[in-house]
Amino acid sequence: MFNAITHSQIYVLDQDEALDFYVGKLGLEVNADVDFGPMRWLTVNVPGDPDRQIMLERPGPPSLSDETAGQVRELLTKGATGGHLIFSVDDCRKTYETLRDRGVEFTEEPTERPYGIDAALRDPFGNSIRFTQLKES
Amino acid sequence: MEDSNRRLLRARDAMDRAYAQPLDVPALARIAHVSPAHFSRAFRAAFGETPHRYLQRRRVERAMFLLRETGRSVTDICFEVGFGSPGTFSRTFRAIVGRSPREYRREAAAVDVPSCFTRAWTRPAD
Repeated sequence: MFNAITHSQIYVLDQDEALDFYVGKLGLEVNADVDFGPMRWLTVNVPGDPDRQIMLERPGPPSLSDETAGQVRELLTKGATGGHLIFSVDDCRKTYETLRDRGVEFTEEPTERPYGIDAALRDPFGNSIRFTQLKES
Repeated sequence: MEDSNRRLLRARDAMDRAYAQPLDVPALARIAHVSPAHFSRAFRAAFGETPHRYLQRRRVERAMFLLRETGRSVTDICFEVGFGSPGTFSRTFRAIVGRSPREYRREAAAVDVPSCFTRAWTRPAD
């Protein structure tokens, strides 16, 4: 049966802008960036964790019709496509400060939760990202 | 359409962050790049409810969280989440949740999922 998650996917409006954000600001690494004709296969991963790739996909033909791609873009920019990523960090407040200084748009400042400390931000397109410093058990 | 949605989402995020503050339509309209007179209409077109209603549900969601997870008094929670009086809080809470804050507290159980999902899914429905 299944033994790991290797790929997950979120929609982005522009893959170059997505690279600037996910790699340039959030510090992820490019795992694959391949133009194979109909689409640009672009994935990133947390440094040191190449077995878990996040695919940054641009909605559009031929995968989706122009009309459907337009609907996806509309939902994405309303924060409604369900694109959620949750990362773990060693130090939530320090990561928050680093990312804030890089101009990242935060939706929640570091907050104490029953499970640890976490903060939340959005990517430039509307996807929701959260990072958590889990309580030591 | 996409740029306009994204800016309205930014304004909605600002409301989520500053939920205990009074609704500052001019500031939110600036974030959304629309005139204050058009903000409410544009917000409703994108998200299906007025900014005022969105903020009320956000405050009630926060109050539900505090009722569930803390032992603080109902009056304390009322002011903490941005309501101006316990009467308004109780009326709004009951209208949205269908129960009084005290009844809700008795019946609610803590949930253990990341807070963005708790927030989205424990939002009281219209």
